[in-house]
Amino acid sequence: MSTKSFAHRRLLPVLAGGLAVLAVTGCERPPMDAQQTGFRGVALEQVTNPRIQARLAAANVAPDPLPPAAPVPTPASAVYQNLQILGDLPLTEFTRLMAAITAWVAPAPDDCSYCHNLENMASDEKYTKVVARSMLQLTQHSNEAWKSHVAETGVTCYTCHRGNAVPQYVWTTDPGPAQPSRFVATGQNIASPTVAYASLPFDPLTRFLDDDHPISVVSETALPEGYGQDIKHAEWTYGLMMHISDSLGVNCTYCHNSRSFYAWDQSSTARFTAWYAIRHVRDINRNYIWPLNDILPDSRKGPLGDPKRVACVTCHQGVNKPLLGAPMLKDYPALATVTGAKAEPAPAATDAPPAAMIRTEVEAAPTAAAKVSEQAAPQQPVM
Amino acid sequence: MAEYQNIFTQVQVHAPAYPGVPHEEGQRDRLGKPVFSYWAGKLGDAQIGPIYLGATGVFSLMCGFIAIEIIGLNMWASVNWNPIEFIRQLPWLALEPPPPEYGLSLPPLAEGGWWLLAGFFLTASILLWWVRTYRRAIALGMGTHLAWAFAAAIWLYLVLGFIRPLLMGSWSEAVPFGIFPHLDWTAAFSIRYGNLFYNPFHMLSIAFLYGSTLLFAMHGATILAVSRYGGDREIDQVVDRGTAAERAALFWRWTMGFNATMESIHRWALWFAVLTVITGGIGILLTGTVVDNWYLWGIKHGLVPVYPMEGAPVPDAGLLPAGVN
Repeated sequence: MSTKSFAHRRLLPVLAGGLAVLAVTGCERPPMDAQQTGFRGVALEQVTNPRIQARLAAANVAPDPLPPAAPVPTPASAVYQNLQILGDLPLTEFTRLMAAITAWVAPAPDDCSYCHNLENMASDEKYTKVVARSMLQLTQHSNEAWKSHVAETGVTCYTCHRGNAVPQYVWTTDPGPAQPSRFVATGQNIASPTVAYASLPFDPLTRFLDDDHPISVVSETALPEGYGQDIKHAEWTYGLMMHISDSLGVNCTYCHNSRSFYAWDQSSTARFTAWYAIRHVRDINRNYIWPLNDILPDSRKGPLGDPKRVACVTCHQGVNKPLLGAPMLKDYPALATVTGAKAEPAPAATDAPPAAMIRTEVEAAPTAAAKVSEQAAPQQPVM
Repeated sequence: MAEYQNIFTQVQVHAPAYPGVPHEEGQRDRLGKPVFSYWAGKLGDAQIGPIYLGATGVFSLMCGFIAIEIIGLNMWASVNWNPIEFIRQLPWLALEPPPPEYGLSLPPLAEGGWWLLAGFFLTASILLWWVRTYRRAIALGMGTHLAWAFAAAIWLYLVLGFIRPLLMGSWSEAVPFGIFPHLDWTAAFSIRYGNLFYNPFHMLSIAFLYGSTLLFAMHGATILAVSRYGGDREIDQVVDRGTAAERAALFWRWTMGFNATMESIHRWALWFAVLTVITGGIGILLTGTVVDNWYLWGIKHGLVPVYPMEGAPVPDAGLLPAGVN
């Protein structure tokens, strides 16, 4: 028997230290704030990181309202041509709103010419002007018909645009990584920010905020009554929930009681708002954005030729109330109710964009979105 | 005098290489010339080998290699054979079971067929390895406790990937092969079936799991605490008074009034560990087959505590603007 001593004793702590550093670099620095939101001891609470909150607060400041317009009896339509929805506004209020929109959506160097032909302001020759009119209708419709979601706070152009011609956080159908021939993609298991880097299906937006697949997956009976939703469907729903949670900067328990995700009597009232919000966003995408796809240039479309659409993050941008609940709408009452003639539905897309990878049949829905997916050439299996 | 301890040891004992005790079939299947590893010596015995593989071991490794090859190549294909993406995305990648529309039929390879094949070879590999653990124990004249403990884990594995999907009538119910994907699957499974925490067998499994860790820590700490009296030679000391074994027993009798014996503590540990997966497997097997929503089942059987909850109003699709659903 022999004994032997070893000199490189230092190696182990160095290795362990290196591993520990690697392991914590993905973490947020404590301490966190926790706010109790329900009965004690049942994890009904919101956990927030004060450092991230400070950053979000700075990034979500509403601009000061423009000075009120001097009241005049002249309607804008008496001076300007081709005012299809804002013609009844007092002239001064109309120009004030145009100035506000310019600042919100197309500030210098774009300015008015982003939408208008400066030689002929009434002309609809620029597609951006047609889109802008549709977006005004979208805003008015949202504020009038969707109080269940936007309440009296409402939305303005700035809620999404924040000084950008195209809002920063928009989405198009995600085809996922390129695939070798004969490989059938599952639509999941890729790191994607859309679902907060879970391995869940990475494009729940097309499925739920464009198409109207059922979201609910939990059985409403204690015992099985036939084959319910399978776990793969639960993963799709889970992906959507990850998107909502990440977009609003909230935990699951902002809406749900985690002991029963499906039970309404266990949920907070925020879930009620979220239920309408999902349908509101679907309404926006299907009835206000898809119909514009024909006039959009390719640079404003996704890889599958679909328009850039709205999801929770488009307005919320990391906080539970966009712009932290700043009531911008009250300063721009022209955006609060639908005005002008009922919006003519834009002509449906004639040439269908390529099939969205994860889209399946859409139940009778007479919208451009549905049309597109019905025409979509060979349907890929869902999963 | 230098003390010999794992990890913290300053010295290592090198005995001459030792092929192991003879068994009735002689030494013929033990392969390889033993080598010594400094790092292995930190954790246990520094001697590596000779090892016994035999037919079951060889076939088990082959099946396991095939399974991992199928899984890995499918993962690689899912990022279009891009080697950098394969490394970068590896924790997210998976080989998914077939989509639900295939039920229990045989799907095309690209739509879950590879998953079935990988599952077949992985299961074959595991079962062959089980046979090997059983037969090696017999050859050494041991009891077969290890093989049965391994069988308990195999039970949970088979319930998740084979038995429950069979009873549900769909391969799509099974677990994907993937690092994050199988964890997300687990969370989705619990949510789909109304919260697994209200499943009594899940409760038992958790109790045994946590109990196992507690017992493991208690036993490990007890023996290390008396190793200065030779307590690591546990069984030698059982019949004598004043030994490390008696001190260890007395410690627990004094602190909690009751003590296990040197023999029974290992039975406690074994049963806590195997019951974790046995009860867990039962809990999974009942989910979706006989219970569809454990929260509602819990309400029915008085498991769910009542506490104040304001409760959200239920949304009404009739209140939506026209044309929206």
